[in-house]
Amino acid sequence: MKRHFRDIVPFDQDSADRAIEEGHGLHPLDEYLKPGRIPHIWCPGCGLGVVLTTYIEAIRRKGIPVDKCVVVSGIGCTGRVAGYLDMDTYHTTHGRAIPFATGLALVRPDLHVTVFSGDGDLFAIGGNHLIHGARRNINLNVICVNNFNYGMTGGQAGPTTPVDARTSTTPMGNAEPGFNLPHLAHASGAVYVARWTTFHPRQLVHSITETFDKKGFTFIEVIAPCPTGYGRPNKLGSGLEEMRYYKEMSEVRNGADPSKAEIRLKGKILCGTFINVERPDFLETYNNLVIAKAQGRDKGKAA
Amino acid sequence: MSFWRLPLDSEEHSIPHGKINIIKSRCKGCGFCIEFCPNGCLRESKAFNEKGYHPPEVIDDTGCVDCGLCTLICPEFAIFTELQEAKKITEEDIQKVTTRFSRKDTRYRKP
Ligand code: SF4
Repeated sequence: MKRHFRDIVPFDQDSADRAIEEGHGLHPLDEYLKPGRIPHIWCPGCGLGVVLTTYIEAIRRKGIPVDKCVVVSGIGCTGRVAGYLDMDTYHTTHGRAIPFATGLALVRPDLHVTVFSGDGDLFAIGGNHLIHGARRNINLNVICVNNFNYGMTGGQAGPTTPVDARTSTTPMGNAEPGFNLPHLAHASGAVYVARWTTFHPRQLVHSITETFDKKGFTFIEVIAPCPTGYGRPNKLGSGLEEMRYYKEMSEVRNGADPSKAEIRLKGKILCGTFINVERPDFLETYNNLVIAKAQGRDKGKAA
Repeated sequence: MSFWRLPLDSEEHSIPHGKINIIKSRCKGCGFCIEFCPNGCLRESKAFNEKGYHPPEVIDDTGCVDCGLCTLICPEFAIFTELQEAKKITEEDIQKVTTRFSRKDTRYRKP
């Protein structure tokens, strides 16, 4: 039997390029995005696009040139951010965004290194790196987008899934309590800890601009809707309905105690800038302590 | 209700007027801009875009004050506002604002 297949049309590079040319630059923020990457892969109603927009807006408002910004991201839906931004970005292996960013921040202290990753990547697979990065107080800005599950792989329960929440691996409800991320970051030694939801884009832009000026490990948690992985099994509805839920149930309290910022399923969400303190960062301590001592010893030898 | 004078510093302030630009082909129909526009300038259109979603459309072009919330809250880089002009404050504007946030206006009340 002879099978008939469709004729293969050779890929037309010119028209593909033209389509990218035409579509790119329609939006004022397109200059920060790689041409041809929009539309992005995120689901309709997903909050990740909002977080990306606020980050770009923060750079723009601060007037930081793109060659002074670096974004490092891990694996997951949030990890795709590194592929969309038209600047020096690096998409690391799963959970290893902070080790890479640590090296970068130590070698090039003049750069604004931002780690953009999801809750699963930063707190489950890369949990150890995060707490030690915060303990050492490396000069990093961490933006953690928390959507309470592993969205990209099909909505499995993660380290932030609240008790009783249903996901594809916990169809009867989750028995484990989730992490309270701001509390964990604060306890590990972060100098700036904030939490916002995607319903607070203006406050988020303000928070991100603040972290650019801050020396040391800063941590911003952004609660984002994931209608596909988390909203559907928990009957939270579409992304828009999740945003309405944030609008009603979020409470902005700056300077609140992060230990009280725990999130329950369909419960209240405490938002705000919780911690903003000063502490010498790793490079400063290292230069003042180790390098100074070593130089002093060298001098003593020479004399 | 009418006022016997304009606020004393009304000369120093102006009302920005923005133009809303919608890139229809990028929209994925999440509805964030329609829901959260503080002046209620947008609504869902009946038409489809290439992807099969209903992009927003502008109800009232005079309502936009170029606050830029839709630009920030759109996950798809599909909507932005541009400043057209900065209008002088007139008595009519003040009337509009006071009735909008008064008890008579039910649009902004929680159900
Ligand atoms: S799976 Fe969830 S987090 Fe991933 S793109 Fe879809 S909505 Fe967003």
